[in-house]
Amino acid sequence: MALPFSTEDLSIYYGEYQAVKNISMSFPAQSVTALIGPSGCGKSTFLRSLNRMNDEIAGSRTTGHIWMDGIDLTASSTDVIKLRQRIGMVWQRPNPFFKSIYENIAFGPRYYGTKNRKQLDEIVESSLRKAALWDEVKDRLKESALSLSGGQQQRLCIARALSVTPQILLLDEPASALDPVSTGKVEELISELKDELRIVIVTHNMQQAARVSNYTAYFYLGKLMEHGETDTIFTNPTQQSTQDYIMGRFG
Amino acid sequence: MEQSNTTPREARRRAWPMEKHRVEDWIGRIYTSICVVFLIAVIISIVYFVTSKGVATFAVNGVSLKEFFLGTNWNPQADTPSFGALPFITGSFMVTLLAALIASPLSISAALFMTEIVPSFGKRILQPAIELLSGIPSVVYGFIGLSVIVPFLREHVGGQGIGIGAGALVLSIMILPTITSVAADALASLPRGLREASYALGATRWQTIYRVVLPTVMPALLTGIVLGMARAFGEALAVQMVIGNSPHIPTSLLESASTLTSVITLGMGNTAMGSIQNNALWSMALVLMLMTFVFVLIIRLLERRNRL
Amino acid sequence: MSTVKVNQKARKRAKATDKLATVLIVTFAMAIVAILLGLLGFILFRGLGHISWNFLTSVPQTMRAGGGIGPQLFNSLFLLFLTMLITVPLGLGAGIYMSEYAKPGKLTNFIRLVVEVLSSFPSIVIGLFGLLLLVNTFNLGFSLLSGALALTIFNLPLMVRITEQAFAGVPKEQKEAGLALGLSKWKIITSIMLPVAIPSLITGTILASGRVFGEAAALLFTAGMSTPPLDFTNWNPFSPRSPINPLRPAETLAVYIWKVNSEGIAPDATQIAAGASAVLVIMVLIFNLLARFLGRTLYRYMTASRRMS
Repeated sequence: MALPFSTEDLSIYYGEYQAVKNISMSFPAQSVTALIGPSGCGKSTFLRSLNRMNDEIAGSRTTGHIWMDGIDLTASSTDVIKLRQRIGMVWQRPNPFFKSIYENIAFGPRYYGTKNRKQLDEIVESSLRKAALWDEVKDRLKESALSLSGGQQQRLCIARALSVTPQILLLDEPASALDPVSTGKVEELISELKDELRIVIVTHNMQQAARVSNYTAYFYLGKLMEHGETDTIFTNPTQQSTQDYIMGRFG
Repeated sequence: MEQSNTTPREARRRAWPMEKHRVEDWIGRIYTSICVVFLIAVIISIVYFVTSKGVATFAVNGVSLKEFFLGTNWNPQADTPSFGALPFITGSFMVTLLAALIASPLSISAALFMTEIVPSFGKRILQPAIELLSGIPSVVYGFIGLSVIVPFLREHVGGQGIGIGAGALVLSIMILPTITSVAADALASLPRGLREASYALGATRWQTIYRVVLPTVMPALLTGIVLGMARAFGEALAVQMVIGNSPHIPTSLLESASTLTSVITLGMGNTAMGSIQNNALWSMALVLMLMTFVFVLIIRLLERRNRL
Repeated sequence: MSTVKVNQKARKRAKATDKLATVLIVTFAMAIVAILLGLLGFILFRGLGHISWNFLTSVPQTMRAGGGIGPQLFNSLFLLFLTMLITVPLGLGAGIYMSEYAKPGKLTNFIRLVVEVLSSFPSIVIGLFGLLLLVNTFNLGFSLLSGALALTIFNLPLMVRITEQAFAGVPKEQKEAGLALGLSKWKIITSIMLPVAIPSLITGTILASGRVFGEAAALLFTAGMSTPPLDFTNWNPFSPRSPINPLRPAETLAVYIWKVNSEGIAPDATQIAAGASAVLVIMVLIFNLLARFLGRTLYRYMTASRRMS
């Protein structure tokens, strides 16, 4: 069953400054939603609020609601750690743990309670396969993850996020620090993964948004300007500002 | 919906049951807090015990503050004992100031040499060497003083060799690495552009150092000097070994003298806990502690200036 | 025309000053290096001749020549071990608190002040405190345990700082990755951050060990200035003659150097002091080199493409 996942009147403040302004939007199942907009428009902040990573920033404050499966994620009573176990996240710069390739993947599942060595082996293999990395690393699982190339590290981070079977995957410019070949692989990966989970991706690259996403949301100055199917947004935007941004007139 | 007949708390528990991550976070929080509480308890008890023992000389034994701080006659074992600690207070300040006077110019030169004249060599070879020297135990410096400095002074300068001058020399050698490494860190952390701007204006290296570099790092240099002085003021054994340990205010650098630390070192084993003689030593420890506060205060003030 | 001349003159003078200053700085710096290296060389040169297996293992003599430093060397090492056993867990906990839990505010500033003040206390004052509280009030007597606790107080602020810096040096992306994976904060600290911090923790801890190893003033009135006759075949920690009995007095190498210098009456007291000083300096050297070597090796081990568990 697809779980409803949406925000309602969500605002985020850093001190007095309102970085994200009253955003209500939903993320349909089995689809990729791209968040686009010029730098500083609040799209990354918005993304980071979806698994409450903003809590870690001193002085940040959130109002409104994030609904997941009938539960309000923003409620102070919500167990943030359990919540994050269901929402995976990958950053712009790959951040593998200072551990072996195997340990990077097995760490999460083991923490969640899978102790059986064989089961862990299976999880490691299937996660690495999903991230299209298995063939490259299957013979060197015991080596340090930091010995991988940047593109491989990024796919390892995706595999790490997938290892705990999240329902939602948040990607913060996952390909912007990678070379074109690695970027292609990551994009391919995103298209394949959307059959299993909801993906929300922040990107600065219009072509990328057009290629990988089903829905696109355009952010400007902390507001959600326009949100709809990617085809519509890119070919027939209703707002002048959206069109200007997509056409590369600013940003 | 279906959750309407359960309380929010129950619903929450059903959705997110109590789990090990909460237990773990409790363990972490409690463990680290206990360590911090221990740290605070230690300092509070040190301050409390040293203060209460140190004050006892005046409050319980009735020695007057005037006698202790201004009296020059230290004779606790006599029939009518006297407790003038001025010679030791003077001794401590004299060796500390002398050591700082000798060590500061040398250390700052060494730091300038390391960072401004041969930066790469300085960083690779000299910095580790200086760090190594700052780890040499103080009794070794005391032994060096006893077997090199004292004979040298005796043969080439005069007197017994032991005395306030020898103490100051030993301490200055001991604090050289301290001041040098603080100064070198400060110099190395200056933005490169600062020097280049000066050179671009046609200034010579010395002009750059004198007019641009030194004024900028002055608070940090002073911090290093004060740190060195704090170390010198509190050092016990190295000084005690070479200063001669006679209880009077010296009139020349070659004369034997005492410091607060050397008197404590020698006296603590020979006096009974709780006796007036013993309490008088605690009063000196109190003076040492108060001076520590003063040094920390000065360093804090300098650091604040450094940030501005 | 004339201003150019004046400028030239000023430039010439500036250049001369520059040269003079450079010469002075170099001379001073060289003087320092010469002094320090000379003294260090002197210690090693004078002491090395006296170091032999016999010197390192035999018991000291009060009146006769030919005494060794065996028990003192053992005491120093064992005391260091005990001290680190207490200091490391406490320092790690407090350092982790400072770097991961403390929120900016009055309390944190106060703790920082505490650490700074404690690290500036003269070690003789810490020794006195140990005498009053540990030796007398807690009735631990002049003992290894009293000494280890006093050295813990002496070393704790440094350990806290080392830990705080080691954890502050862990990239924040590591922490974020752990958070996003739904790990508890404590799990992130112990399983994600600690392994990354280990190289600098080890380096710092070994350097701190060198400092502990050479400390004497804090020990005069806590671990004591004597050692009972030790029976190195007796490993029962409750026996008074056992070397590992934590409640026996234990004179360390540094304390022994001080004692020999101030009241040694053996005919070869000076040579013994020289030999013992050389041993102390060599130990500090070993700690220093070990710290650098281990720190670098561990870091390489963690990031290199080599098999790891």
